[in-house]
Amino acid sequence: MLGLNSRDFKLFIIVCIMALAAPILLNPFPTASALGESFNAGYPALMQRFVIFGILAIGFNILFGLTGYLSFGHAAFLGIGSYAAVWMFKLLSYNVVPAIILAVIVAGLFSVVIGYVSLRRSGIYFSILTLAFAQMAYQLAYSVFTPLTNGETGLQVYNDDPQILMGAGDPTVPHFFGITMNGQTQIDVSGWSFVFQNGYYLAAIFLIASFYLSIRIFRSPMGLMLRAIKSNQTRMSYVGLNTKPYMLAAFVISGMYAGLAGGLLAAMDPLTGAERMFWTASGEIVVMSVLGGVGTLIGPVLGAGLIKYLENIVSKINDSVLHNWFSFMPDFMDNFMVTLIHPFIGKGWHLTLGLLFMAVIIFLPGGLVQGGQKIMAKFGRNKNTDAKDGADTPAE
Amino acid sequence: MDAFILQILNGLDKGSAYALIALGLTLIFGTLGVVNFAHGALFMIGAFVAVTMQKLFSLSFLTVDDTQKDFLGNPLKVETPYVEAWFGENVGNWLQDWSVPLAILVVIPFMFFLGFVLERGLIKHFYKRPHADQILVTFGLAIVIGELIKAFYGANPIQTPPPSTFIGTVDVGSWLGFEANTIAYPTWRIVYFAFSALIIAGVFAFLQFTTFGMVVRAGMADRETVGMLGIDIDKRFTFMFGLAAAVAGMAGVMYAPILSPHYNIGMDFLVLSFVVVVVGGMGSLPGAVLAGFMLGILQSFASMNEVKALLPGIDQIIIYLVAIIILLTRPRGLMGRKGVMEE
Repeated sequence: MLGLNSRDFKLFIIVCIMALAAPILLNPFPTASALGESFNAGYPALMQRFVIFGILAIGFNILFGLTGYLSFGHAAFLGIGSYAAVWMFKLLSYNVVPAIILAVIVAGLFSVVIGYVSLRRSGIYFSILTLAFAQMAYQLAYSVFTPLTNGETGLQVYNDDPQILMGAGDPTVPHFFGITMNGQTQIDVSGWSFVFQNGYYLAAIFLIASFYLSIRIFRSPMGLMLRAIKSNQTRMSYVGLNTKPYMLAAFVISGMYAGLAGGLLAAMDPLTGAERMFWTASGEIVVMSVLGGVGTLIGPVLGAGLIKYLENIVSKINDSVLHNWFSFMPDFMDNFMVTLIHPFIGKGWHLTLGLLFMAVIIFLPGGLVQGGQKIMAKFGRNKNTDAKDGADTPAE
Repeated sequence: MDAFILQILNGLDKGSAYALIALGLTLIFGTLGVVNFAHGALFMIGAFVAVTMQKLFSLSFLTVDDTQKDFLGNPLKVETPYVEAWFGENVGNWLQDWSVPLAILVVIPFMFFLGFVLERGLIKHFYKRPHADQILVTFGLAIVIGELIKAFYGANPIQTPPPSTFIGTVDVGSWLGFEANTIAYPTWRIVYFAFSALIIAGVFAFLQFTTFGMVVRAGMADRETVGMLGIDIDKRFTFMFGLAAAVAGMAGVMYAPILSPHYNIGMDFLVLSFVVVVVGGMGSLPGAVLAGFMLGILQSFASMNEVKALLPGIDQIIIYLVAIIILLTRPRGLMGRKGVMEE
């Protein structure tokens, strides 16, 4: 179906259902209950992050997963996409269509230039070059390009901006031909309340499209070629193949995915700053993909979702919540446990993230997907299909 | 001319820090073949050892002095640092004043130990894995170390003054025959430069003139052959990792008075030091040192107002620009050997 084999099609359908029904699936607990308050993730702001960073990770995976080239500067394209989108809001109107289109195009142009230069080197040099470009973009956004980026204030839309296509009755927030991004429908069902937000569904549709495209790229002759480059680039050159155009294509596609994610971020909230291009942001993209499983189709999406979910949960927990949890223990034990866990929660979220990341790299280089496969193999199921399907074997 | 010399001097202290970190990175890469993204974190740990020493020496207890009254008429509470109570006022004051240089004595064994633990405990398991995995695991380690520092010391920069003898500036211009006060330069930065020159010379002498160093150099050139000669090269390489960590630690301790340490300086310096290593040539020790100083000085020239007026923003990106140009025109770096990591 849709040019996919049955296994991929099943995966695709699962992703579609997950994305479209997320407002229901992510609200397993009644809204007002204690569990619901700490563990429910089905509210628009968080779900938007799930899908947008999912798109970003899918794009990154096309580069790192297929070709093995580790880019440490991918956040630059995210930031560039955001800036381009906000400029469209400022110049034309709040309609998201031109904003997102321009975000993708501008990020694509930048990735052609950066990719052309960076791809002349491989391995560690490629990582350092992309890192250098991203840092350059970040520094320039704060210094020379402040007229374009509005420096530390961040770029946003002001009342005296031209907005030449703005009609009289148009909404003054980002909208899709009149459907505002922050408009939402709330449905209450005995204790549960489900919020369906327009902006989330726009992003979710983009996620589904991106995911479909990524499956097609993985299964295409070009995907095969990229994997061949990963396994041995020298061999590919010796058989007379010029690998550069393929690499550049992969880099640009992945840069455009990042631009799309940046444009969507701006469409959800028309404000952007250079901190989106900082190296920690690039690092986060790498962490997401690796955590989920680089080189697999679904892994990066899972990784992005997991990280954004944990970030949200872990940074919400504070000492009083912990005291609540351990209240069954004697006082000294309770206090001891709280002191022990204190550095890892709240503002210490990045510490937890770093440790989790290291653990995955050390013990599960194929990420969560590999972990899942190992568990499946333990229970003796799916053994044959796993062995047959080379695409889902994690990056070595 | 005096402005010219001043910019060279300004570049020297940053350049020294870059050179020391890049030296350690190159040592690790040359011996173990590992790209260590956590090296900046080791530099930062050094800086925080200096902070800790200063805090330890100023730990004090309160005593109530009945003979004196404070402005409210209550008996005056006097804070006495423990070191003053234990060693007498003179020694105690001296210890507090000199806590940064004294931290060197602590940082050397500490960083050797830490380097040893890291190499044996973590990095050893990554020799057979692809470069990307090595980058990723050391990157994770850098995040963890940075966040640990943040958890214990907070996110704000912590002022760490140098010994009072070295506060203030030296009139370098008058030594060179210029008019007085045209080239004034902070004393501590001169100390830093001299110190790093000493360390660099020490590392080179160690590699060049000792048997141990000779074996290490042989191992860098051809690890297998040295192993076949019956030398336990792994053990020596572990020692070199410790040495590289100690060099980064010392660089960090001495840099604390120049730039107040905070939990992000590790990564700030790491990104630039990588660029330095690439410019100097992967695996080339003299290249790392040369490129470190060169880029430090280049950066300070780029931040002159005349240059900035000509090319706005150049001070922010000059280092990256140089790296990109070098990588595209001469991928093995200024002094890299032909064929080493050139692809």
